[in-house]
Amino acid sequence: MPKVLMKGNEAIAEAAIRAGCEAYYGYPITPQTEVLEYMARRMPVLGRAFVQAESELGAINMVYGAACTGVRVMTTTSSPGYSLMQEGVSYIVCSRVPAVVVNVMRGGPGLGNIQPAQGDYFQMAKGGGHGDYNAIVLAPSTVQETIDLVIEAFDLADKYRWLVTVIADGMIGQIMEPVELPEMKEVERRQQPWALTGAKGRPKNVITSLYLGAANMEKVNLELQAVLGEITAKEVRYETFMSDDADLFIVSYGTAARIAKTAIRQAREEGIKVGLFRPITVFPFPYDELKESAQGKKILVVELNAGQMLEDVQLAMKNEVPVNFYGKMGGVVPLPDDILEEIKKLA
Amino acid sequence: MAEKAASQVRFQRPRALADVPTHYCPGCIHGIVHRLIAEVIDELEIADLAIGIAPVGCSVLAYNYFDIDFAEAAHGRAPAMATGMKRARPENIVFTYQGDGDLASIGTNEIVHAAARGEHISVFFINNAVYGMTGGQMAPTTLPGMVTTSSPFGRDVALQGFPLRVSEMLATLDGAVYIVRRSATTPKQINQLKKAIRIAFKVQMEGLGFSMVEVVSNCPTNWGMSPLESLKFVQEKMIPYYPLGDYKVKDNVKQLK
Repeated sequence: MPKVLMKGNEAIAEAAIRAGCEAYYGYPITPQTEVLEYMARRMPVLGRAFVQAESELGAINMVYGAACTGVRVMTTTSSPGYSLMQEGVSYIVCSRVPAVVVNVMRGGPGLGNIQPAQGDYFQMAKGGGHGDYNAIVLAPSTVQETIDLVIEAFDLADKYRWLVTVIADGMIGQIMEPVELPEMKEVERRQQPWALTGAKGRPKNVITSLYLGAANMEKVNLELQAVLGEITAKEVRYETFMSDDADLFIVSYGTAARIAKTAIRQAREEGIKVGLFRPITVFPFPYDELKESAQGKKILVVELNAGQMLEDVQLAMKNEVPVNFYGKMGGVVPLPDDILEEIKKLA
Repeated sequence: MAEKAASQVRFQRPRALADVPTHYCPGCIHGIVHRLIAEVIDELEIADLAIGIAPVGCSVLAYNYFDIDFAEAAHGRAPAMATGMKRARPENIVFTYQGDGDLASIGTNEIVHAAARGEHISVFFINNAVYGMTGGQMAPTTLPGMVTTSSPFGRDVALQGFPLRVSEMLATLDGAVYIVRRSATTPKQINQLKKAIRIAFKVQMEGLGFSMVEVVSNCPTNWGMSPLESLKFVQEKMIPYYPLGDYKVKDNVKQLK
């Protein structure tokens, strides 16, 4: 298939369409708005559902509603919008309905700005809303990988009846890259046995997150944790780059990892043996894989925040080695030279 | 003749109503409205297509009482959830069942925009002027002067503002095609309420737009009244503030029966 030049946000939208997304509900917020605009053009033409919601709260509850009927559904937003969605996100997970949410992260906290950032790591990877849960969180670092992971997000959501989030950032959303799109997937009107489709020829289905009585709620929590256990055992994804002979490991994800790769190539030209460990799933986090491949290496965590994944890296390394950190906040994006300088300090 | 009369079924539980006891307080109108909705679902033969959405509030467990597919929404979000369902599966008949705290306070944004978009959903709005499940706090529809646990000196409009008249408000929106207010304190009102519920569903079946039936209701427990006293309060205090009537019946809805 020939490559086409696409903006990240438009690629997110087209990938969802090709994955068979039957309903999209969203709200404008920079730097993800092109997803909404693209869906507004494409979805009605394809006979699929599109609504510009009254708020992100409206959007996530529309997603919840559609997800209850067993269709493939997605919303996209950016940081403050994802904060507003936390109520619905918690209900979606507790109700065991599949849904996909893309957060094109921007600088925060507060209204922040519209530059690329990774300050939502804790909110994305550690649950975000009330109660005990995590979403599956996929962290692409290029537009092509974003396409691939959006498609995978729908499959994982269906497989586990779970919320799958994709954390892009303002850089990935706005950058244009040559990409290869997958074939359009036929949308079949599915009849999931658990879905609300009208109780024709079967007992009624109920989808709720209300379980009165502590013992009942505990049972649901144990079931949720069992699913998370299975996800943790089976769905860890990561990439290593120039890692075999490395004395120093950069641990980084998303746009930060992409910049780190350039810095690593530059350092290699200067004879510094540095490599990259890049989590692709930040939940489930590749704790064991990182610990194993980082044996005997120095570690430098690079993020576009104050040091959030840093805590997961420290957990993985069990405080046996010092974990160094370099981060920029508030939408400031470091140059490869900035990271190279940090590498040289440790080399 | 006597034998024939005995063999005829005069009255029975609607098929769309589950054969379980409800948790509602004695004298509460929820039970009547549940039954009427179930009767209409039976009569229109839409049980196989219907999806109900329960609110947060006293009717949070409504999904246990109907024998049709049901979801339980977050507080106030039922109209957004219904929008998501109906747009994704337009062949289904989607309705929400919401109280005044749910629809008229925390969920005003969702109900106003669902109505403005003309979503093809049916909304049943039970207005009893109080937060029942949390134990009788002031609602957006609490009458001026009314004592609740969070307006212990009576609702003072200078401090706590004025009640919201939802039917009047939604009737101003072009997307809303059928907005009526009914009650259920007398047999006549109950008959009129059932007809309105039927039209609200028919509006959706015919694809005409957004419909809502508001039911001026009671709360003997939190009002501190006997069931009969509470019905009298509805008639003498609530209905004068929330007059029964048709607030919006678009021309294409008028011929529906």
